[in-house]
Amino acid sequence: MASSAIASSSTSFIKKNEIGLSSFTPTSFPIQRCKRRALSKKVVSVMAPPQSDRRPSTTGSVKNAMTMTEKIMARASERSQVVPGENVWVNVDVLMTHDVCGPGTIGIFKKEFGENAKVWDREKIVIIPDHYIFTSDERANRNVDILRDFCGEQNIKYFYDIKDLGNFRANPDYKGVCHVALAQEGHCRPGEVLLGTDSHTCNAGAFGQFATGIGNTDAGFVMGTGKSLLKVPPTLRFVMDGEMPSYLLAKDLILQIIGEITVAGATYKSMEFVGSTVESLTMEERMTLCNMVVEAGGKNGVVPADSTTYKYLEGKTSVEFEPVYSDDSARFLAEYRFDVSKLEPVVAKPHSPDNRALARECKDVKIDRVYIGSCTGGKTEDFLAAAKVFLASGKKVKVPTFLVPATQKVWMDLYGMEVPGSGGKTCSQIFEEAGCDTPASPSCGACLGGPRDTYARMNEPKVCVSTTNRNFPGRMGHKEGQIYLASPYTAAASALTGFVTDPREFLQ
Amino acid sequence: MAAMAAASASVSVSNNPSFPSSQKRSPLLSSSQSFIRNLRMPTTHLIKSPLKHFSLSSSSTSPLIPLCATTDTTTTTTAATAFHGVCYVLGDNIDTDQIIPAEYLTLVPSKPDEYRKLGSFALIGLPSEIYPTKFIDSGELTSKFSIIIAGDNFGCGSSREHAPVALGAAGVKAVVAESYARIFFRNSVATGEVYPLESEGRLCEECSTGDVITIELADNLLINHTTGKEYKLKPIGDAGPVIEAGGIFAYARKTGMIPTLASSSA
Ligand code: SF4
Repeated sequence: MASSAIASSSTSFIKKNEIGLSSFTPTSFPIQRCKRRALSKKVVSVMAPPQSDRRPSTTGSVKNAMTMTEKIMARASERSQVVPGENVWVNVDVLMTHDVCGPGTIGIFKKEFGENAKVWDREKIVIIPDHYIFTSDERANRNVDILRDFCGEQNIKYFYDIKDLGNFRANPDYKGVCHVALAQEGHCRPGEVLLGTDSHTCNAGAFGQFATGIGNTDAGFVMGTGKSLLKVPPTLRFVMDGEMPSYLLAKDLILQIIGEITVAGATYKSMEFVGSTVESLTMEERMTLCNMVVEAGGKNGVVPADSTTYKYLEGKTSVEFEPVYSDDSARFLAEYRFDVSKLEPVVAKPHSPDNRALARECKDVKIDRVYIGSCTGGKTEDFLAAAKVFLASGKKVKVPTFLVPATQKVWMDLYGMEVPGSGGKTCSQIFEEAGCDTPASPSCGACLGGPRDTYARMNEPKVCVSTTNRNFPGRMGHKEGQIYLASPYTAAASALTGFVTDPREFLQ
Repeated sequence: MAAMAAASASVSVSNNPSFPSSQKRSPLLSSSQSFIRNLRMPTTHLIKSPLKHFSLSSSSTSPLIPLCATTDTTTTTTAATAFHGVCYVLGDNIDTDQIIPAEYLTLVPSKPDEYRKLGSFALIGLPSEIYPTKFIDSGELTSKFSIIIAGDNFGCGSSREHAPVALGAAGVKAVVAESYARIFFRNSVATGEVYPLESEGRLCEECSTGDVITIELADNLLINHTTGKEYKLKPIGDAGPVIEAGGIFAYARKTGMIPTLASSSA
């Protein structure tokens, strides 16, 4: 691809964004441009230090320079090099499916490869019931049965089954939300290719791997062959520097970015997150960042693996892995810079994840409920963050506050882990004192609505502040429901006041 | 405004979210049969679309009739070169929760009766104050609208294949959007359920629900008979060979990637 093509496309990108600037919220920053090797860079930051041009002598040494995503795809397709736009057959390391798309995937697999066909590798398929579990919906229950039969027949090694719906704890194998379970159970590894029949499979990019969502038909194909035809995406790079203020979480960063580039801003592209702030993030926070790249239309998100990654992986996997990193002279379609120390807590207003506003600008929005859960905002650290706000305020919530741990492990953490600075209290104790609902059984819960009897589903048109990832009409149940996406800090602060609330009201 | 801007920028990078865009086409194919190269095959020849609706039989009850159907001499599939029908017009960012809300995802698309049921719920998540015309009349299993015209970022949100499947099962043959979300486009191509086309401009503001439309695939042309206007569509690009084959499995078989099974229906 000619570099001029890239330059021109990112130039138009910038121009258009400048036109659209007036429609941004006051958090939009002056955008500066500087050129580097014929590539435009976009600086989205307050007082970003101007980037000096790099001399060719410092960048010209790597032949076939590639980004992380390109390198992973090159290795997976057994090539020395790939370029964005190229279609390659990649070898898949892990295929994940769940109860909503698994039965359809299995149906396609059997139809295309035959009733008696065997999957390509029984150890590389991970099947996680998580979406519609605690429901009396017969078809939903049947779908888990289909998974169970298939896993038995194919001797699938990793099937996180649930049989006793009355008490999830009676099911030691049951995990909960697939993306969090994949990480906790050691299925996410740097440098690998993970495909899943769920759009938030991109969550695993936090481990420095290529992870993206696919449909049933593609998944049925992978099931039989271990391969998938993928187009190599160009990469957008997000450089986040500066100390993270104590009242911000990764959710604020990704909502900030999606607000900046819109819900289609990364369509078909890879989003790479680097910079000192990203390096300082925990694995769970990195997952939050990568989880929502699909809300910007992104194909995948990646964070380079480092000591934080290796520490998390210790004892979780015995599979050898080999991380890769972007070359210094790799080509990025555009680069965005953020000075994180200047950012403020944000929300995404109804009905689009890019409908960004400062939390404090929405302080007059009266809410009916708060939901803390999902693969984006239902991890242990998300609940710890909410508990921190409740603890700091010492008050009770003013609206019903629903807590849905992503996985069984998260649930156990809520009951077993002491909250720092609380004098030995657990999250569950703090939540109880604050008047929240008792933490529910781990699953996707009301994040995507689901069957009508799903816990915390919006069956009436309510206004909800939620730590989930989507706020399209009807997402949590009712078409007229209004969802404000927010960080766990902001969600907890809002629960305490009954209005959308900036967590600084309690955290300073 | 902002959404349009970013999407139009992405279009300059890739016409089709999942397969190489036309700018990557190269005339490499003459020397090799390798499927990687086949992918770059220029698709300016007649585009055939052995979508399952056409390949089943000609006795389809669908209101859509391929205007000029040609018979492929090597297979029994009938290739469509044009679509004709009444259109349903949508705006920007129609997400998969509006196309098929999550409560219906317990239906498994690969089971024929549930496939039909999925179709009956297509686009049921649309807010009725914005879209007062029902896409599917109550009590009906399919829609009288066989062509969907939409704005930017059609099919964004989840990876649920139920979305293109529900549209296909409802009788939709083609979607003409300004741009697509990646996974929806890919799923449409992989399943062959609907033919995803891209418009040059904002057709969703030029056409109205109920207009009578013809799409001429070979000419990349959309004709609105109600208004008497014609519009250029973007060429399907390098997804063409996969669409032409009838989906990812048919494509992989055609290119020798996977063996042809006796029991296979493909
Ligand atoms: S928690 Fe929500 S977003 Fe995450 S996998 Fe489940 S339904 Fe999807």
